[in-house]
Amino acid sequence: MPKITYIENSGNSQIIEVANGLSVMEGAVQNDIPGIDADCGGGMACATCHVYVKEKWLDRLPKKEEGEEDMLDMAYEPKRNSRLSCQIIVSDELDGLSVSIPSKQG
Amino acid sequence: MNKTDALIIGAGPTGLFCAHQLGLIGLNCEIVDNLDKIGGQCIELYPDKPIYDIPAIPECTGEELTNNLIKQIKPFNIKFHLNERVEEVKRVNNKWIIKTNKNKEFETPNIIIAGGVGSFEPRKFAPKECEKYENESLFYSIKNKSIFQDKTISIFGGSDSALDWAIELSNKSKVNLIHRRDEFTGAQLSVDKIKELEKLGKIKIFTKYQLNSVKGEQNIKSIEIKHDDESLEKLETDYVLGFFGLIMKLGPIVNWGLNLNKKTIQVNTENFETNQNGIFAIGDICTYPGKLKLILSGFHEGALAARGCFKYARPDEKLRFEFSTTSKAAQERLGVKK
Repeated sequence: MPKITYIENSGNSQIIEVANGLSVMEGAVQNDIPGIDADCGGGMACATCHVYVKEKWLDRLPKKEEGEEDMLDMAYEPKRNSRLSCQIIVSDELDGLSVSIPSKQG
Repeated sequence: MNKTDALIIGAGPTGLFCAHQLGLIGLNCEIVDNLDKIGGQCIELYPDKPIYDIPAIPECTGEELTNNLIKQIKPFNIKFHLNERVEEVKRVNNKWIIKTNKNKEFETPNIIIAGGVGSFEPRKFAPKECEKYENESLFYSIKNKSIFQDKTISIFGGSDSALDWAIELSNKSKVNLIHRRDEFTGAQLSVDKIKELEKLGKIKIFTKYQLNSVKGEQNIKSIEIKHDDESLEKLETDYVLGFFGLIMKLGPIVNWGLNLNKKTIQVNTENFETNQNGIFAIGDICTYPGKLKLILSGFHEGALAARGCFKYARPDEKLRFEFSTTSKAAQERLGVKK
């Protein structure tokens, strides 16, 4: 299974095996990673699963849909490497992906 | 003191349909919601987006679903208390006494929490010092626009609210509009309008900027905004407005003695009652093994919770199962004319 690294705002990091087909958000929620709220459950409607993606991974992820960028306008401290983790679907290509969790989700 | 058979917290689709189910079995209810309108997440998050998984409705928008539910419960004349948040819940003599943030009180044997993921509150700016100026010279919604006359206003955001206020306030104030990227999500007509106002010198637009810091004493004097390339810009300003939409916060519900699992309330699947007698939780806010956060699950949960309320509201009566198709009582309650 692909390994995803979740880096909490405190600097604490965890490497989690996430099954192909699940989202990076689901990987976090199912493994009790703190800091990813995912209030709307993955509907691209709340921006509370916001993460920062390690630069080198930015271009290797599927492109953002328009709705995702609109929701990121609402996120807490969005940056150039911001993504909604519910929109990143895990696959073998993403093995080793590393995401940082913001200090809060809003 | 308002007395009712059941108080529903949350006017989203789950709360609305539960009100219908209560009405059909002859119980009355009132509904409290922190938003200023009926519809919950459907109306706040996706009024114009399509929903494809409501049984027997191939496609509808959040707004259409809400309007149809309102129509469906019309015969029951349900009283809504909008713009109000339930703060306090107390057990007194087998009844629940409920107090809202506007000091309204209810007495009821049943509370049904259909609160989604909590109450909607404005999303705020990141810099810490913003809190100090909140509701004085920094706002997330506007109640009295006259205070902005002849002042300099810095508006943050790219949504319709941000654009509409930028346009409106540019009549009598100097307006800076600041947004984190070049594209605005507001209506094209509004985007065209602000670009026109920019040419006329009525609005200054700063894109790819976010708020970095706020300076002032009693009131805000200036702000510093930071570009994507890390460069800083200082803007003199009297007021700061932020329009970043709403976020859901569980709020006072955590203080009501309910068994919680993260931000959700544990219930049984027989009637969706919580660990407290007469407090039920339905829809996105409840959790149980196999829980799906779907509107259709909320409908089912509401139907069972309504029946669970019956024994507390009518302890001396027996509830008989009936179909709306053939039940005379149900049809009378619906005002069906024969």
